[in-house]
Amino acid sequence: MSLTAHDSDLRQRAWNAAAQVVDPEIPVLTIADLGVLRDVTVHDGEVEIAITPTYSGCPAMNMIAVEIEVALARAGFRKPKVRTVLSPAWTTDWMSDDGRRKLRDYGIAPPQAGSGRRALFGVEQVACPQCGSTDTETLSEFGSTSCKALWRCRSCREPFDYFKCH
Amino acid sequence: MTAASITVSETPLVLYVLRRADDALVLGHRLSEWCGHAPMMEEDMAMANMGLDLLGQARELYGYAAKVEGKDNDEDKLAYLRDVRQYRNLLLLEQPNGDFARTMTRQFFYAAFSDLYWRAMMASRDTTLAAIAAKSEKESAYHLRHSSEWMVRLGDGTEESHRRAQLAVDDLWAFTGEMFAVDDSERGLIDAGIAIDPESLRTQWLATVARVIDEATLKLPANDWMQKGGRIGQHTEHLGHLLSELQSMQRTFPGATW
Ligand SMILES: [Zn+2]
Repeated sequence: MSLTAHDSDLRQRAWNAAAQVVDPEIPVLTIADLGVLRDVTVHDGEVEIAITPTYSGCPAMNMIAVEIEVALARAGFRKPKVRTVLSPAWTTDWMSDDGRRKLRDYGIAPPQAGSGRRALFGVEQVACPQCGSTDTETLSEFGSTSCKALWRCRSCREPFDYFKCH
Repeated sequence: MTAASITVSETPLVLYVLRRADDALVLGHRLSEWCGHAPMMEEDMAMANMGLDLLGQARELYGYAAKVEGKDNDEDKLAYLRDVRQYRNLLLLEQPNGDFARTMTRQFFYAAFSDLYWRAMMASRDTTLAAIAAKSEKESAYHLRHSSEWMVRLGDGTEESHRRAQLAVDDLWAFTGEMFAVDDSERGLIDAGIAIDPESLRTQWLATVARVIDEATLKLPANDWMQKGGRIGQHTEHLGHLLSELQSMQRTFPGATW
């Protein structure tokens, strides 16, 4: 079945509406920045949004699903469906460059590309989002939410959240 | 308690998924028991975070078990309305938290296994299990690193922390063999490429465990007698207490929601 011009237009409108929804725990990031928004499909005028969880137990997912429904209803879509997909598994590599910049401006160190998640003992090097120094240390692998670790800068002495690699 | 237990048609696949779901729920619940009690704020958060990862895994697995079974059950019924003899988790994971060394040793033995297990399961021919594995694998890597660091800090710490860590290793060791056990119902799934043979993970598991235990200046026990039973519902006395707390609300007020 081919996508009609109408459906294609609807799909773009639905995507734009869903893409505005922000992560309730990091409100500077939209679900599009995060890569949580995976797909939008339109079938006979009915829209379905696919999202993927960052972490298995991420409690924000239920709220994000509700926010998407609200955003789509506001954009004039009736009975939008939100579906959770697990595969392929979410990775921090999907976070947009824009998202990384917003995260840093917000005071959270963005995930490091290609860092050693597989190392048995911690080896990551993370730049302080306040002063930029890489003279930093881990306080805890587990921070204020599932996706963050707690770090401290040895230069400016500020503790900070690090969005960990996944 | 007023809500009666459900019955579950345990086909090999339903049973297989339930066993892993129960592992995740029971260990996740144990970790949640530390909430507000951990030795420091950072560890309180770490316990809650890891518990949440496991709870998320449990939900996916219960949901899938219910779907495969195709009856009236759902994730909540499977978690809240089976009694202790119907639970299929590893005995290791229901052992009480004890002191922090005991909790970390239990976590370490299991994470060293689950990390390998989920990575291998990403190749399962069952696409749902492969997808759950791809998420769980990433989480397990953090759980392993966290508990490995604690094993070293405790084992190679003070005389008292070393003593407690060694005691925990000695006491929990006999529960580790069950992770590698396979029964007839799982053998068929392994042959079909749906499950992986845990025996194939044993060498690597032991290498990781030995490396960390050695770095922690601890010793692995020489005894190789292993306690089994959890996979067929024969549990230690501890699981019943855990479930009575976990299930009390749903058993007392069936179907209650927030
Ligand atoms: Zn700094």
